[in-house]
Amino acid sequence: MTYQFQFGAVFARAELLIDGFLLTLQLTVLTGLIGLILGLSCAVIRTYGPRPARMAVATYVEIFRNTPFLVQLFLIFFGIPEIGKTFGLRWLPSPYMAGLAALSVNIGAYATEIIRAGLQSVHRSQVEAAESLGLTRWQVIRYVILPPALRNVYPALSSEFILLMLGTSVVSVISVEELTGTANLIQSETYRTFETYALIWVIYFALALVLKGILDAIAARFIGRQKPPPAAAGAAHA
Amino acid sequence: MRSFGLNDVWYLLIATQWTIYLTVVAFLVGGALGLWLAVVRTGGSRFGNGLALVWIRSFQNTPLLVQLFLIYYGLGLFGFRLPPFVAAAVGLICYASAFLAEIWRGCILSVPRQQWEAADALALTPWQIRWYVILPQALRIAIPPTVGFLVKLIKNSSLASVVGMTELMRAATAINNATYQPFKVFLCAAIIYFLLCFPLTMLSRRFERQLDVSTRG
Amino acid sequence: MSALAVSGVSKRFGSLQVLRDINLSLEKGQMLALIGRSGSGKSTLLRCMNGLERIDAGHITIGGHALSYAPAALRRLRQDVGIVFQAYNLFPHLTVGRNIMLAPRLVLRWPSARAEARAREVLATVGLSEKFDAYPNQLSGGQQQRVAIARSLAMAPQVMLFDEVTSALDPELTGEVLITMENLARSGMTMVLVTHEMSFARSIAHIVAFMHDGRIHEIAPAKDLFARPRTEELRRFLSSTL
Ligand SMILES: Nc1ncnc2c1ncn2[C@@H]1O[C@H](COP(=O)(O)OP(=O)(O)OP(=O)(O)O)[C@@H](O)[C@H]1O
Ligand SMILES: [Mg+2]
Repeated sequence: MTYQFQFGAVFARAELLIDGFLLTLQLTVLTGLIGLILGLSCAVIRTYGPRPARMAVATYVEIFRNTPFLVQLFLIFFGIPEIGKTFGLRWLPSPYMAGLAALSVNIGAYATEIIRAGLQSVHRSQVEAAESLGLTRWQVIRYVILPPALRNVYPALSSEFILLMLGTSVVSVISVEELTGTANLIQSETYRTFETYALIWVIYFALALVLKGILDAIAARFIGRQKPPPAAAGAAHA
Repeated sequence: MRSFGLNDVWYLLIATQWTIYLTVVAFLVGGALGLWLAVVRTGGSRFGNGLALVWIRSFQNTPLLVQLFLIYYGLGLFGFRLPPFVAAAVGLICYASAFLAEIWRGCILSVPRQQWEAADALALTPWQIRWYVILPQALRIAIPPTVGFLVKLIKNSSLASVVGMTELMRAATAINNATYQPFKVFLCAAIIYFLLCFPLTMLSRRFERQLDVSTRG
Repeated sequence: MSALAVSGVSKRFGSLQVLRDINLSLEKGQMLALIGRSGSGKSTLLRCMNGLERIDAGHITIGGHALSYAPAALRRLRQDVGIVFQAYNLFPHLTVGRNIMLAPRLVLRWPSARAEARAREVLATVGLSEKFDAYPNQLSGGQQQRVAIARSLAMAPQVMLFDEVTSALDPELTGEVLITMENLARSGMTMVLVTHEMSFARSIAHIVAFMHDGRIHEIAPAKDLFARPRTEELRRFLSSTL
């Protein structure tokens, strides 16, 4: 038995695929930014906030890190409108909005944990030095703790960002027409299932490599040179 | 339309079995494959290393969902009618092998160079060095991230529902179609997932703290 | 009026009494050296002086401020009290210049040009003008410590505190830091330092306090204390450091 591969029918829908690709990019960048802001704020609250706020953030992080994204997505897309209805609210999020919201809060939880580890990696003596100069608590966090903390966790954050890009494919399940969503459409029209998924598989792969290249270039440009050599770092924390 | 009741919770719990089976199979088989890949990656052969790297990156740099589609529909084209469980298991095995290989490779490399040299000086063969000297030390460091990945695997097994396997997530979707009470149904599913994942997360953290203390002291 | 007055200060860490009824005073422009065995409470006393550790009892007045732990009051006190640590504690992500400019800009709200001029000025006094754009990890330990001194000086403090600032340095780098401190003393800065450099304490400090078991066991002008130790503990300590 032989199977004839036919990519022609799939390529005929290139326009649709490009739209999907762009939407994937848009979702990735938008949720990446929202997630980063969310993660930053939550990590700072989780580390320096008052106790009830710390507990609230910890709960948020644990819930979102210990349940599948798919369930979170369904709860936001299907569940919230149902709850809203019982309170007399008629709010029906579009698949896109629901996907965006779910991705953002999900990545926000992961970013919180990563950045929190970064905040804790900054030695206490740095804080003492800054406080001794008369800086306020907020200034210490903003100017002395955050910059090296973010630098320390940049590699972890950037691999999380790639995972986020790959994870956006899941919102196709609620028929958001990003790359995987358009592939679902195309394969149902052309019956070229394998070819379609193989093609987007390659596209995702390439996109992951390109994103990694960009993130590494940013690292080399902005944070490469200040990485302290181990000897000096050791002495400074002796 | 009926409403969500205790029977449905029971049905979800039954379906949870399949989530667990799927995860365990993917973890064990994927782990065996991943261990082999990790050893190949840290071995001397450039060719073997390159091949292993291609395999690993193919699954690390692409969405699991697309991998599942490709395996489910793709293998079907070549005359294999895979039952959903098998397709999902194959997909998750490949996925797990790639991630575990990289996690374990990192652990193997974190064993100090001198350990290799010391074992080498005792005239152990390369495989003996790995098996008797390096792996036992790497294992300790490997436990926390491995347990952490197990949590990830449980969560990602929910994507098997999309290729038609009836595990917890698909059972929840089916109940939702019958009751149309999505909040209750999916909240219940979320709670079950949480009860599976959270203890493992805590365990992973415990191991990590123990490791911190023992390596510092 | 004295630049530093410590009266009846006590401090405990859990069940460990680290400071017991400490009384001290220091005139403006003088240097006080704290000496004593490891664990005798020297660092703790120094850190209490700028509020890094909280005292359980007693009063401290320093640089014209009565120590209180209200955040705003504490920040005002710290503007007038500089501290230099054994481990330098420079900010690794900032250049030398920016390390020094940080506090004048954020705390004194100086415009950046003024802060920069000040940074260049204090950097010159520690003899490191050419390192303005270097990162801390590109400097030797001695140079980093001098930058740390400059960073404190930039705030034009009334009093400077030094906690074993040469202990992490190789012997050949110790000298350059001691010279910097000696110059500072000659310029009239009020200084309190914890040190193991007995010859430095003997020749430069005005007053030396020997701490033992959380108390000031002996305190006297430098020459007298070293020449005529009155207690057995100090005699033993001095002979062990020779
Ligand atoms: N944060 C702390 N928590 C608990 N105990 C502390 C703390 N800081 C210091 N101590 C204890 O207080 C005592 C005095 O410490 P301190 O650092 O003041 O001694 P020191 O005279 O500076 O010694 P060294 O010459 O070794 O620096 C020691 O027994 C120390 O273990
Ligand atoms: Mg000390």
